[in-house]
Amino acid sequence: MTDEQQPRTSGLRLLLDAGRPRATRAQVIGGILCGLLGFALVTQVHSATGLGFTTARQSDLVDILDSLSARSDQLRAQIAAEQASLAKLTGGTNQTEAALQEAQQRAATLQILAGTAAATGPGIDLQITDPKHQVAADDLLEALEELRDAGAEAIQITGAAANTTGATTGAAAPTSPGPAGVGATPTAVPGASGHVVRLVANSYFVDAPDRSGVVVDGVSLAPPYDIVAIGDPHTMSTAMGIPGGVLDTLTGKGAHGTVITHDAVQVTALHQVAAPQYARPAPAASSAG
Amino acid sequence: MIAAIALAIGVVLGVILHPTVPVGLQPYLPIAVVAALDAVFGAIRAILDGIFDDKVFVVSFIANVLVAALIVFLGDQLGVGSQLSTAVVVVLGIRIFSNAAAIRRHLFRA
Repeated sequence: MTDEQQPRTSGLRLLLDAGRPRATRAQVIGGILCGLLGFALVTQVHSATGLGFTTARQSDLVDILDSLSARSDQLRAQIAAEQASLAKLTGGTNQTEAALQEAQQRAATLQILAGTAAATGPGIDLQITDPKHQVAADDLLEALEELRDAGAEAIQITGAAANTTGATTGAAAPTSPGPAGVGATPTAVPGASGHVVRLVANSYFVDAPDRSGVVVDGVSLAPPYDIVAIGDPHTMSTAMGIPGGVLDTLTGKGAHGTVITHDAVQVTALHQVAAPQYARPAPAASSAG
Repeated sequence: MIAAIALAIGVVLGVILHPTVPVGLQPYLPIAVVAALDAVFGAIRAILDGIFDDKVFVVSFIANVLVAALIVFLGDQLGVGSQLSTAVVVVLGIRIFSNAAAIRRHLFRA
């Protein structure tokens, strides 16, 4: 304390003087405190450089845990979303394939119904001989409707070429009569046995002007006729043979009908369908939303 | 001199014994150490200013440590422990810096 009276002595000197050992109680206590400080300092440095989380306070740990769990939730949600979109994409291709297959199947079915594709299957062969040329369009139409009632799915009619058999006139037969369908171009397949016509929804029968035969979809046919229908053979042959039915009518007119059932018949005649000029497909109700 | 020697002894003891900090003390020890450092720097400055007093040093040392620990404890109870301990460290750090500046001026006259 005596040194401190000298003003402006060097700072280092002051410090050394103050540090001179004196066994006062205050000095001892100060020493103990300084020792404690050093001890605590080293301890703290040790623990701070040790494990990162052991020294963190509880609230900090909770914060870290919260942020980690929030992050993991976020990632989990992201994974779920990605998986959902992946499933959607893979499912989408499968669906497209299935839809394509279904559409192709429907197209095939519709082609058979519309008569634009050849068909084969079990069915019957109705052969009509008409030596007296008494079979009129009505009779053939009745036969057709009877076959349709019996479940025929594809029907074609073959007749002898009118201008070769019908010796009376040759000019009238091949020309299409006026009421030929707008969209339907009649197709005649001239073969060895005559003309073949596919019978579809808008087929029509008209008596030939000279009574030599009938005009089917604009094609003149002459007897004998040969109707091939694909469907349940038993049902159709039964339908043909019912009393007062097609075969009876034919017999009453001096013609003769014969039904032959086959395990496989071919309906090869095609019906030409022009694209509709005015009608357009309406969107389906389910997809219109 | 005794203080410096005791400081060295404390450091050596800490290195040798390698104690683990009790869980209850963990939030307070770093703040207490900083507060004690502040007290020590204040004491050195007081010596150089010629106004050092043993009793003042002891009381300020202990009071600093206790108040710092109390503030942190209070902060923990209020849910702002980490922020408040940061505030304490900042304040004590500023004081340590100003004390160190004063000491530097005394020692180096600059």
